[in-house]
Amino acid sequence: MANESVIGVTDPETKSEVKSEVSSEVKSEVSPQASNDVYEPIHSKSPVFYDLYERKAELQHQTHYCPGCGHGVAHKLIAEALQELGLQDKTIFVSPVGCSVFAYYYFDVGNVQVAHGRAPASATAIKRSCPGRIVISYQGDGDLAAIGTAEIVHAANRGEKITVFFVNNAIYGMTGGQMAPTTMVGQKSTTSPWGRRPSNEGFPLHMAELLATLEAPAYIERVALSDNKNIMKARRAIRKALEIQRDGAGFSFVEILSPCPTIWGKDPVEARRWVLDKMIPTFPLNVFRDRRPEIPAGNEPPQRPVADVLGITPKAEARDVSKPKHAHHFKDVKIKIAGFGGQGVLLLGQLLIEMGMREGLEVSWLPSYGPEMRSGSAHCHVCLSKERIGSPLISHPDVLVAMNEYSLRKFAHEVASGGVILYNGASLPADFSAPDVQVVSIPASEIADKLGSTKATNIVMMGALLEETECLAPGTALSVLEDKVKKLNLLEIDRKALTAGRLFIDEQAHIGAVSQPDGFA
Amino acid sequence: MAGQARGKVAIDVEECKGCGLCVESCPPKCLELAPELNSYGVHPARYTGQVCTGCGICFYCCPEPGAITVYRIKAKAKPVAPVPGGEHAAAV
Repeated sequence: MANESVIGVTDPETKSEVKSEVSSEVKSEVSPQASNDVYEPIHSKSPVFYDLYERKAELQHQTHYCPGCGHGVAHKLIAEALQELGLQDKTIFVSPVGCSVFAYYYFDVGNVQVAHGRAPASATAIKRSCPGRIVISYQGDGDLAAIGTAEIVHAANRGEKITVFFVNNAIYGMTGGQMAPTTMVGQKSTTSPWGRRPSNEGFPLHMAELLATLEAPAYIERVALSDNKNIMKARRAIRKALEIQRDGAGFSFVEILSPCPTIWGKDPVEARRWVLDKMIPTFPLNVFRDRRPEIPAGNEPPQRPVADVLGITPKAEARDVSKPKHAHHFKDVKIKIAGFGGQGVLLLGQLLIEMGMREGLEVSWLPSYGPEMRSGSAHCHVCLSKERIGSPLISHPDVLVAMNEYSLRKFAHEVASGGVILYNGASLPADFSAPDVQVVSIPASEIADKLGSTKATNIVMMGALLEETECLAPGTALSVLEDKVKKLNLLEIDRKALTAGRLFIDEQAHIGAVSQPDGFA
Repeated sequence: MAGQARGKVAIDVEECKGCGLCVESCPPKCLELAPELNSYGVHPARYTGQVCTGCGICFYCCPEPGAITVYRIKAKAKPVAPVPGGEHAAAV
């Protein structure tokens, strides 16, 4: 690559000369040359690639890969195979994190880009959802063999009918040349500046051999982009892997040893030779697996509704959505319930959506909680809607159920104008104010305690919520409680708590009320 | 290797990054890096105009999707001897 003539030949005249010469040459390609020979293109840019790569405003005709990078060759081989097998319109390509993160700018197929190392997991989901599609997980060695080791091993072990192309250049390329799991013994990197030493950094991972110890994979081969012969072998391997997926035969995996001239500090020709001389002895090329896995026939899991399996089938009348028991006067209600872990915050949300389902509403429940089972902070989002719910995440709840002062202060500002805050406390903190929303203090913990158990605090709040918003019928609440609460004494307390919460709202004057026309306040 | 060309190579000089892998890979050595620079400041590959067999190896070695297009003479009375990569031409 180093060439003395680089310097000094940069004057614009020379450049324009080159261009004019080239354009005339390109023109001559289209028409026959001076002789009578008729030329036809036999190898040209695959239609599986986009004409232009719209990642950025300039250089849309080039990939972003370094000169001599193996990704480009691997991309071309995959594109050619997809084209020849007629799979372009059926393919979903899962791009990884790494230099090839932008593969979706190049391949004119279905594209997904996923979190670091998770491509086989995402590919599993995609393939199982769309079994008729060709799902390709394209990953580098940092992605597949380090952060994504678990994903690839388990996807292979499950025999997912996907194809994984594993581009191994024995280094982290995109991040600047750190040691990868596949870095070879003695190979220098920014994080192994004296060369990888097995005594300290261990030995390189041989992913193809490792996966070949599993029973499920159908096809595992290692190829190299090291020279003409091996590139053509890689071409056949890539095609075969895709054929195996097309035929539904099982998990196919092709490891591609690939040059990284930039990080290796070599010119492209040297780098390619280095793959041949150094990488192949460490990572021998071979077909490690080529057989259909023996999966016992008639071993498919039974297809039964989830509710049947869990034994939670609602009663027939409760499932009758054509006759909602409660005339809902709203289009949708968004409720946020927040408190300490252990206060029944998440359970209250679950009870509400169960009630919503029984009343024929669309519901969603989105919990958020810390790793602690008790204490810590927890909240959940509940949507009750007459229409399909776009997102279970609520930015501006109509109702905030704050089970403690911390939650009140933390989330009060999120409540939509005209909304309601139900606060578990005898009175509001003196310095608290929330304009444009109605705030109701309910001494729910005290009420529940008097009834026999502070565990029922959330049920008192539920009673208050139902009475205040009338979003769901109290009768539905009772039937849900009867189904969910197994202990009879606790059920009795819950019944009383529900009633107590409702009565409290009935009897107490609203604090800081701002009347709104929407019926909530 | 010598003899009349059976194919030819067209290189998009603006897509070429000048890595030189095609020059290295070409079996009949009919590619070279141009002494001139393209507008990105690299020496693009170019066809010398001689003895291309149309084998297509340069296409497979080139990392850029569209930098190289390989042509082959369409109507030849005599069938040509198979060359590396040549067997794939029939599919196209």
